[in-house]
Amino acid sequence: MNGSGGSCSSLMEVAYDDDHHHGHHDDELHVLAVDDNLIDRKLVEKLLKISSCKVTTAENGIRALEYLGLGDQNQHIDALTNNVMKVNLIITDYCMPGMTGFELLKKVKESSNLKEVPVVIVSSENIPTRVNKCLASGAQMFMQKPLKLADVEKLKCHLMNCRS
Amino acid sequence: MGLVKMQKSLQDYTKSLFLEGILDSQFLQLQQLQDESNPDFVSQVVTLFFQDSDRILNDLSLSLDQQVVDFKKVDPHVHQLKGSSSSIGAQRVKNACVVFRNFCEQQNIEACHRWLQQVKQEYYLVKNRLETLFKLEQQIVASGGMIVAFEPGF
Repeated sequence: MNGSGGSCSSLMEVAYDDDHHHGHHDDELHVLAVDDNLIDRKLVEKLLKISSCKVTTAENGIRALEYLGLGDQNQHIDALTNNVMKVNLIITDYCMPGMTGFELLKKVKESSNLKEVPVVIVSSENIPTRVNKCLASGAQMFMQKPLKLADVEKLKCHLMNCRS
Repeated sequence: MGLVKMQKSLQDYTKSLFLEGILDSQFLQLQQLQDESNPDFVSQVVTLFFQDSDRILNDLSLSLDQQVVDFKKVDPHVHQLKGSSSSIGAQRVKNACVVFRNFCEQQNIEACHRWLQQVKQEYYLVKNRLETLFKLEQQIVASGGMIVAFEPGF
């Protein structure tokens, strides 16, 4: 997976790892996981799949926004938006080059289409000011990296409770 | 060597890595993600870590060897290595990265050089140990045995 992230290429390319093998059941959470670190993407994907979630990963904020249908106006992504299966949760790393997780959070919350989608910020650094600003800007939760299985279980419970 | 003995060797070897602080509980988390449907998950992720880290350490060496060190380039690399090593449970590598990063922030070139060496040392150590661990696992599997999940018991 190259990290150029520059040209507006096909969104179905290697920029996304979409789980095409399993159908999306309505009770299954579809999670968009955003992280610039390849190893962390692999881990969070596995954690989520083991926890019965459908997973799409993105390597940066721009790609994430494109997937969510909030890309650059010049790109014709309307058709794709219709094809994208509804995302129920966004998990994003805080520290990413280019667009940070915090900036991604704000973009999602500013969007009339997506502001209801819960966004969870993960970070290796539990700095109080960082945590507070994320929560204040609408993050559902702020969690410490690396994520464990127990964290994902906790997160799912929290989300299910919020939904009902 | 019989299977039982091989499995004991593996357990003892794994235990020693924890006792020496080379691995931490995050490695156990990784092992919990491995199952029959994905029996090579841990070695796949660790292999990715090795490939990624080899590249990063190379880039770091080059960056620090420049006449004028561009610390804005150095920091993201250290950050990434710190993150990856933390994610797979390579505790000593992570800890060395934390110190290294502090010196980068202070733009202390001499200390950075020293600590890059330290990071490399810890990295080669965990790489060597994990490669041995995977070999032990392969021997067990080749002999028809199963890998028993490691129970730390401490």
